[in-house]
Amino acid sequence: MQSSAHPQMKRKRSMSQQRRDTWVAWGLVLPSALVIGGVILYPIVRTLILSTYDYSLIRPGQEQFIGLGNYLEFLSDSMFWQTIKRTAYFTVISVGLELVLGIAVAMLIDAHPPGWRFLRFSLIIPWAVPTIVNGTMWRWIYNADYGALNGLLLQLGLIDSYIPWLIKPWRAMNLVIWADVWHTLPFAALIIQAALAGIPGEYHEAAAIDGANAWRRFWNITLPLLRPAILVVLVIRTVEAFRVFDIIFVITRGGPAFGTVTISYLTYLETFRNMSIGSGAALSFIVSAFILAIAIVYIRVLYTDDLAES
Amino acid sequence: MNVRKSLLFALALVAVLALLAACAAPAAAPQEASSGEAEAGGGEAVTVKVLAMQQAGYTPDEMDEIASRFTADNPGIDVEVSYLSYDELYDKLVTSMSGSKPAYDVFLVDDIWYAQFASAGWLLDVTDRIPAEVHDSIFDAAWDITTVDGKIYGMPWMLDQEMFFYNTEMLEAAGYAAPPTTWEEMEEMGLKMKEMGLVEYPIIWSWAQAEASITDFVALLYGNGGEFFDENNQPAFNNERGVQTLAWMVDSIEKGVTNPSSIASVEEDVRSVFSQGNAAFAMNWSYMYELAQFNEEESQVTGKVGLALMPVFEQGKAEGIVSSTIDGSMGFSVAANSDHVDAAWGYLEFLTSEPIQMEFSAHLPPAWKTAYEGENLQKLLSENKSNEVLVPVFTEQFKYSHVRPKVTYYTEASTTLQLALQEALGGSKTPEEALNDAAAAIQEMAQ
Repeated sequence: MQSSAHPQMKRKRSMSQQRRDTWVAWGLVLPSALVIGGVILYPIVRTLILSTYDYSLIRPGQEQFIGLGNYLEFLSDSMFWQTIKRTAYFTVISVGLELVLGIAVAMLIDAHPPGWRFLRFSLIIPWAVPTIVNGTMWRWIYNADYGALNGLLLQLGLIDSYIPWLIKPWRAMNLVIWADVWHTLPFAALIIQAALAGIPGEYHEAAAIDGANAWRRFWNITLPLLRPAILVVLVIRTVEAFRVFDIIFVITRGGPAFGTVTISYLTYLETFRNMSIGSGAALSFIVSAFILAIAIVYIRVLYTDDLAES
Repeated sequence: MNVRKSLLFALALVAVLALLAACAAPAAAPQEASSGEAEAGGGEAVTVKVLAMQQAGYTPDEMDEIASRFTADNPGIDVEVSYLSYDELYDKLVTSMSGSKPAYDVFLVDDIWYAQFASAGWLLDVTDRIPAEVHDSIFDAAWDITTVDGKIYGMPWMLDQEMFFYNTEMLEAAGYAAPPTTWEEMEEMGLKMKEMGLVEYPIIWSWAQAEASITDFVALLYGNGGEFFDENNQPAFNNERGVQTLAWMVDSIEKGVTNPSSIASVEEDVRSVFSQGNAAFAMNWSYMYELAQFNEEESQVTGKVGLALMPVFEQGKAEGIVSSTIDGSMGFSVAANSDHVDAAWGYLEFLTSEPIQMEFSAHLPPAWKTAYEGENLQKLLSENKSNEVLVPVFTEQFKYSHVRPKVTYYTEASTTLQLALQEALGGSKTPEEALNDAAAAIQEMAQ
């Protein structure tokens, strides 16, 4: 208080005092810098270095520096690109569905139909279920011989005999996506619903008076104002979906015929199954590069100036 | 100015860390087994950490009982056992053994991991610790499990193999007095049962993208006079016999003999389908017998489970092959870098000793030859009602049990072959293409 009231006093403070302050400041920052360095920076740098080695746990003591060799090998491997395609398919479909359904569910809650509080509360349940439990649950639901899905469809008369759902690669992928959407839809719905609640009702009233129908009001008022929330959902969910591993591990283990092997699953196979630490590290960096690229695109496209101002 | 300073600081931090990381880069040289001397001097209490399995073999209660008896005999050595399911075991071992200080002193190793783990330097070479009379009293086939390039890396513990199960009630209803001895017979019987409406899909297998599909395929392959890897450890599964075998598998799905959900099933799925009475035949590990035949909570076909020698193909039978299956045994090993190598080995010797294996044979047939002779055999058979049927068939079947190759790249090779089987079963490649592609890829790994 005092020093701000008398700016000239500040100038009089001795240089040694200032230097001491600087040291105190660094001293205060140091512990957290060490923690961050130790648990984030060091592993990243170490992984980066490992990714330039031909390093297999099966052949200890025979590590060899090969520069970008691991990266080049993957980039020229058709199986790698198929995996990327599969991962992209998983990401686009699951995030797309979550977003569309998330907006729909959020609008429903926002319209406050009878029982909307219960609806909002029950939305939390799938989100609160751990992914492993969710995966196991859907594995049972999809089970060919005693799964609930077969039971349901049979009782509804839609099928006349049990279908082994998970034996076709493409179908298995779509079913895994559905299990993932069921699990993470609440996240999208809740974030969007919170943003919806913040849109003033006057906008809609004014537009209605001007003769805009519900669809135009949604398209020209609701959607633009939801953009920040949508951006948050998109960025977080895309990054998560691109790295998807656990639900695949539980439901299909990458099968059938590699039909559900995504890039993170491939990294797991390479690192822990084949014990090739070097190429596994390279794969994780490739995953990071893809995610970074996606994030940059999102921010460029969606994080426009008017948004930054608001 | 502050911005620049913090930037400098951050850069310096990165540089220091990079240096640190570079120094620590793949320098994890193999520490040679310092057998014995690392032992803590007398009197000091040590804890032997053990990683075991909860799925087959001794139950956790039995394991804990054995551990507390060992501690009673060896004051000062505590034993702490952790349990995992088989599917989790490999990942857990890789992550906990790859550091310079292993998280476990004694751990369970599957047959197919021995070459890989021995090459990685994780397993203590115990060749010289095994007395000659112990060596001679345990089955040679059991030693094959823990031996890599002539060195012994552990004690055989769980003898296991895939066995052939059938539903006695369905067989009788279809008018058959004996189980099939060839796969062609099985198919014929199955189709008849299917026609009679006794069962929709006569046989269930574990053909999911997992090791379980390899064991099924290889058991069939040897029954067709084929070979998995040849004597020089080169892939041999893609010759004419291999292609025929895989083509038969594909065909059996098309004919409706094989349950199509086999393509997404592992061992436990096989057990549940068979135990619900939804299959007349099944191939699975020996653990299924007790659960399906006697456990009413787990099975709806109790009292109706038959065990027979694994069938072969007509062609194999004509060539004199009686039966063929796959060996799925496991051993316990000591970590090469353990701090308490001697204490750990002491516990392992106790755990796998003949008296303990005899006493706890209810869930695990002993690996000792001597357990199957004279009085011991009588005791083994009368141990419980499961042993009475299981032990004789098991010992007969064990004569026709094949071991998977001891190559360091086995896990990777297996993943490749799993993919090939799935491609052929799913119809995206012909059996010949799929097997040839896999064999070529595996040959490349070997180099």
